Amino acid sequence: MSVKLNFKIDGNDFTRAGEASGEVKRVLKELGLSSDVIRNVSISLYEGEINMYLHANGGEIDVEVSPDVITMVLADKGPGIADISLAMKEGYSTANDSIRSLGFGAGMGLPNIKKYSDEMEIETELGVGTTIRLKVYVK
Amino acid sequence: MTVRDIKTILNADVLCCEEELEREVHSACGSDLMSDVLAFVKEQAVLLTGLINPQAVRTAEMMDMSCIVFVRGKQPTQDVIDLAQSRGIILLSTKLEMFSSCGLLFKNGLQGGRLKQ
Repeated sequence: MSVKLNFKIDGNDFTRAGEASGEVKRVLKELGLSSDVIRNVSISLYEGEINMYLHANGGEIDVEVSPDVITMVLADKGPGIADISLAMKEGYSTANDSIRSLGFGAGMGLPNIKKYSDEMEIETELGVGTTIRLKVYVK
Repeated sequence: MTVRDIKTILNADVLCCEEELEREVHSACGSDLMSDVLAFVKEQAVLLTGLINPQAVRTAEMMDMSCIVFVRGKQPTQDVIDLAQSRGIILLSTKLEMFSSCGLLFKNGLQGGRLKQ
């Protein structure tokens, strides 16, 4: 049995950034998953959701909770990532001052997603968008 | 140390969840950049920040942090306070700046954490 969740992210209202991740966290708590798994899912998803707001004007998040693995797909129609290996380096950021004033743009977003997830795949095309697929194992 | 101890040491005001001040905290993280906070691992931690938007609360929520201290006398808006209240996160506000706040808590025995590898 699995639980599926879908969120359409409207990128225009940054004050709502994190609502979807918070909702997923509450569902995982209700399902009784361990605090480590919940934290790994919450943080990796939250960083991805924040990126959607900051860089892509929103997108769509799908989460599937199965007994052995939690799968997350974050798809946006943003500008794409020009150099993935550079974007994965801690401290590298394309964020401007207005993003920093919101508390983000430390260049830790993608590295944090990598650290907190067990599998991470990025598909990106300049001018088309980015899809990130994440897995966190339950056991 | 309890959150009540932090309130006393930093001469802080309580913005919400005053009934929870006996909560124990074991470590602290001070930053205005939330991704730096998200790279930090420690149970029962307190967040010190000058960032007063909803994402300070949401970041604490994701990290299971039980308390946020707003430094430099910053006051969040009521919707941010309401969000923290609904998540059971204690909000404190101190007039001290970040360096002094962290220094005082460290001197009184609160430890820093480590970065997730």
